[in-house]
Amino acid sequence: MPATPVLELRRLNKSFGPVQVLHDVSFSAEAGEVTALVGDNGAGKSTLVKCIGGIHPIDSGDYLFEGAPVHVNSPRDAAGLGVEIVYQDLALADNLDIVQNMFLGRERKRGLVLDEATMEEMAAKTLTGLSVRTVHSVRQQVSSLSGGQRQTVAIAKAVLWNSKVVVLDEPTAALGVAQTQQVLELVRRLADKGLAVVLISHNLNDVFAVSDRIAALYLGRMAAQVRTSDVTHAQVVELITSGRSGELGLANGDGLNGVKA
Amino acid sequence: MSVMVTKGAPETGSAPISSHVRGYLDRVRGGDVGALPAILGLVVLCTIFTILRPAFLSEGNFANLFTQGAAVTVIAMGLVFVLLLGEIDLSAGFASGVCAAVLAVLLTNHGWPWYWAVVASLVTGAGIGLVLGVLVAKLGIPSFVVTLAAFLAFQGIVLMLMNEGSNISIRDDTILAVANKNVSPALGWLMLAVGLAGYAAVQLWQARGRVSRGLTADPISLIAIRVAAVAVIAGVAVYVLNQERSRNAIVVSLKGVPIVVPLIVVLLIGWTFVLRRTAYGRHIYAVGGNREASRRAGINVDRIRISAFMICSTMAAVGGVIAASRANSVDPNTGGSNVLLYAVGAAVIGGTSLFGGKGRVLDAVLGGAVVAVIDNGMGLMGYSAGVKYVVTGLVLLLAAGVDALSRKRAAATGLR
Repeated sequence: MPATPVLELRRLNKSFGPVQVLHDVSFSAEAGEVTALVGDNGAGKSTLVKCIGGIHPIDSGDYLFEGAPVHVNSPRDAAGLGVEIVYQDLALADNLDIVQNMFLGRERKRGLVLDEATMEEMAAKTLTGLSVRTVHSVRQQVSSLSGGQRQTVAIAKAVLWNSKVVVLDEPTAALGVAQTQQVLELVRRLADKGLAVVLISHNLNDVFAVSDRIAALYLGRMAAQVRTSDVTHAQVVELITSGRSGELGLANGDGLNGVKA
Repeated sequence: MSVMVTKGAPETGSAPISSHVRGYLDRVRGGDVGALPAILGLVVLCTIFTILRPAFLSEGNFANLFTQGAAVTVIAMGLVFVLLLGEIDLSAGFASGVCAAVLAVLLTNHGWPWYWAVVASLVTGAGIGLVLGVLVAKLGIPSFVVTLAAFLAFQGIVLMLMNEGSNISIRDDTILAVANKNVSPALGWLMLAVGLAGYAAVQLWQARGRVSRGLTADPISLIAIRVAAVAVIAGVAVYVLNQERSRNAIVVSLKGVPIVVPLIVVLLIGWTFVLRRTAYGRHIYAVGGNREASRRAGINVDRIRISAFMICSTMAAVGGVIAASRANSVDPNTGGSNVLLYAVGAAVIGGTSLFGGKGRVLDAVLGGAVVAVIDNGMGLMGYSAGVKYVVTGLVLLLAAGVDALSRKRAAATGLR
């Protein structure tokens, strides 16, 4: 295992008004690995992701990138570090084509004018590099794509920028069997290319299929972060539903004590 | 995903014309009708009016169409920006009235030179847009409510500027020339030649640039057809407008392209460039298509929304100047009555969606032509203003219906 994780969070706290959503959450993601982030509804997965992506500022705790403490206060800060987030609701504009979406907010320009040719080349190269062969033309409108293709475009958008960490928020939630398989293969390829991939999923089959490590959140606390090969399906279910499983997990099942992972 | 055609890299080289035609037909069938209804409507309306009233096709009336429709068309061009965001500006009509009133007061009552008066009028427009945009974007009041309130308030401001109802006549020759004078026939031809050469050059340069990098480009033949079509239409228009329109040519000669035409063409090219070729324009479409996605992409959504309202109101100011020029005066009803609905109608009839994310500045021009033809043709037929309103209202409803239906159809075919 590499000495320093690409992304590391230490004792992160986050409250919305009187409601504390994240309690002393520690989390890390290594290059070349898929780290699955699991947890029941309301466990704080999405909040944690938004903290990583700079959408929510963190209340306290350390955000370390490649071992160095950083301050991430906006999506631009996160993108500047090389942290890209692919959100559940995709964040693609239906009325734009694939190239336009992949470069949205970061258009290549020549003077004042958009450099369409360069953007089209780079988009095509990125899709080819990810072995995406399902898209007919990069000038297709996103509205005409299937769910799996949209997810592919959203992921390709995230890796276009030589990013180091890619966080995928339930990328397979709305997909059929074949499409899920294709997206999971893409997720694995990202990690094999040396990126740190964080995969959020409710589907434990997906998690066990592609992940190297599993981090389980329970009621806003990190119940455990373990190697996938060290745990069974049933143990992960227990971690998700009660925060502990045998020696693993929170010391006290109600999740009100400190982390002991 | 699995049923899609397998292709690793984008197609290279030029596709034959037949595939372009087929692609276009597929898009139309899929609900992306674009400006087709406006163009068909224009052809049908012109045919009907010409049969019923041959005077409709006279050179004099043809020139009238442009000057009558200019103000509404320019306001509609600005409205396209707001409509692209899925918002509406109901105050654009009276905003143009306020700006025209500012122009008239400064010109006639205070004796300002025309250029400073025009600048003041445009700045007023931009300021109005800034206020509307801030209220919509920062405070989060629906644009419908903000601009409905502004609609009422601006009506009052025009009244106050006009000293409770009197009208102010405009005597400045430059301002009066905008909607009442023509460019010389020779200059008309020259502008046409320069415009066509520029259009062809840009198209060819773009196609060559793409081919040299191995990307798909429009074939030369398609570009030739496009340029030729524009050349024929514009050429006929310039030819007709260069004919003598005066009943008594010896006393006063009346020929040439009305000055508003090159003005509209310049605005059309300029705003089309902004929307299609700049990052700002791309962001307008993105915010209209998916505001949250745009925000997450790091686009300053509030700034885009505010700026769109500013462009809309500034274009309304240009429309106000044209209206003042055409009427030779400004009165409390300038920009009132049907102006706003004609402008919204023009944009929507041309193919700009009321749901945001889809539309072009060209739509406003095509739709503006439809509205002008209806207004003018029905006037020639001797119908009252009441009938004109009813018909224009029905046409707007028809256009909005086509928009809604094409969206439904596109959703069914998975295009949107």
